[in-house]
Amino acid sequence: MTFSTIQALVLRNLYLYSRTPVRLVELVFWPLVDLLVWGYLTVFLQKHTGDSFPYQITFLIGAVILWDILFRAQQGVALYFLEDVWSRNLLNVFSAPVTNADYLASTYVIGFLRAAVTSLLLSVLAIILYSFNLFELNWSLVPFVFNLLLFGWSLGMISTALIVRWGPAAETLAWAVPFFIQPFAAVYYPIDALPDAIRWIAELIPCAHVFEGMRDGLKDGTISWIDLGKATGLNVIYLILAGMLFVRVMKTAREKGLLTKFVAQ
Amino acid sequence: MEAPVLEVTDLVKEFGAVRPVNGVSFTMKRGEILGLLGANGAGKTTMINMILGIVTPTGGSIRVFDRDLTRERIAILRRMNFCSTYTQLPGNLRVWQNLTVFGKIYRVPHLKKRIDEVLELLEISHLKDRVSGNLSAGESTRLNLCKALLNKPELLLLDEPTASLDPDIADKVRKVTKRIREEDGASILYTSHNMRDVEEVCDRIIFMHQGKILFTGTAAETLEHFQEESLESLFIRVARGGEIESASAS
Repeated sequence: MTFSTIQALVLRNLYLYSRTPVRLVELVFWPLVDLLVWGYLTVFLQKHTGDSFPYQITFLIGAVILWDILFRAQQGVALYFLEDVWSRNLLNVFSAPVTNADYLASTYVIGFLRAAVTSLLLSVLAIILYSFNLFELNWSLVPFVFNLLLFGWSLGMISTALIVRWGPAAETLAWAVPFFIQPFAAVYYPIDALPDAIRWIAELIPCAHVFEGMRDGLKDGTISWIDLGKATGLNVIYLILAGMLFVRVMKTAREKGLLTKFVAQ
Repeated sequence: MEAPVLEVTDLVKEFGAVRPVNGVSFTMKRGEILGLLGANGAGKTTMINMILGIVTPTGGSIRVFDRDLTRERIAILRRMNFCSTYTQLPGNLRVWQNLTVFGKIYRVPHLKKRIDEVLELLEISHLKDRVSGNLSAGESTRLNLCKALLNKPELLLLDEPTASLDPDIADKVRKVTKRIREEDGASILYTSHNMRDVEEVCDRIIFMHQGKILFTGTAAETLEHFQEESLESLFIRVARGGEIESASAS
């Protein structure tokens, strides 16, 4: 892994955002729509339940922000590859001295930056609009958020690997993959709310434990070490498997000439 | 005796039942400009993609700078570069931004100075602050060449560098190609469908057909061997399936 190569690949993306500020809209617009919809739903429910308002509903706003961290981290990895496809730059990058590790490391940085921009903006707006302060969790927030980033990176690697393997027609997976798991990820409701028959799926998804842990944290201000441990353990497994899948697919892509198909599209 | 810059031995590539490259062997000397000729589907692009490490060979070997490409791909790629008419640099970045990104990837020392040098060499210094996507086809090709020259490559792969260029710009590209060979001693593998390019620029030609080498030699040797008056008429004869046989002048 070479620092200057990673720096160059990150720089390429930063130039992209500085050159075309309209791209920032994508980082802000959809998350903002989600925050407004779920935020006002929360306000509505709060008004109609009075003192019996359950804490889980307040967490809807936090869930929107935290889901977006995962989604932006995934997008940072998956869209990075597609940017090179769309600009016909793919062969320039893959014929340059760039290792898989350099490439992935730079996508992680971009994913982190995208998640940081969006989550910071949404957190501030949540305080202003709904008096919902995600930072009440203080330092206990950090390991949970880090786990969301890790899972976002894994999903990003899986998305990119599938796009490389199945070709340009599979581009839509860059947006779809996170939503495949969302129903089981316990983002807006606890794992207990799922039917028994599919609850085991949620148990295998790292971010489900993050959201469970965060709900407990918001309720009584303590860290759920069990949920944090499960999320971290699963994330390590997913990262290893996703990394192996990415490397394997890149090897297959070179054997089958799949990268050149993106140029010919 | 100096090892060849590029040594391709019994190279084979299979995509299922199709064999775009079928047992190709050749070498390239330091400072040589070698033309790779052939009709569409002859296997030229697959060959270049294999030398760049974008496509893995099914059989045979590629040695660059006397090192095995499969084992030392990254170290080899640092000393090579590539320009194709089928690729572009990101259109939403400025010219200097694109060159900065690739300069850092190739670890080019004194990068700002080198960017100015290559822009001047290709006569596009005035475009330095322009958005790459707004360049004309000729300007865009020259920008691609700037990227390919940034690291002073010892082996340069040019895939149809003059395609879609007007005669004036094509002439400039040919002159630059010869100049970098003379000044930097670069070895250049050059593919083109433009026979004038090949005759003017290349020291030696590899004529490919259906994944195999038909003939290797200078332009004059090639014409003499096939009893043709011009490379263009030979190209048409081969593309239309005229009687041919594999041979080499060397």
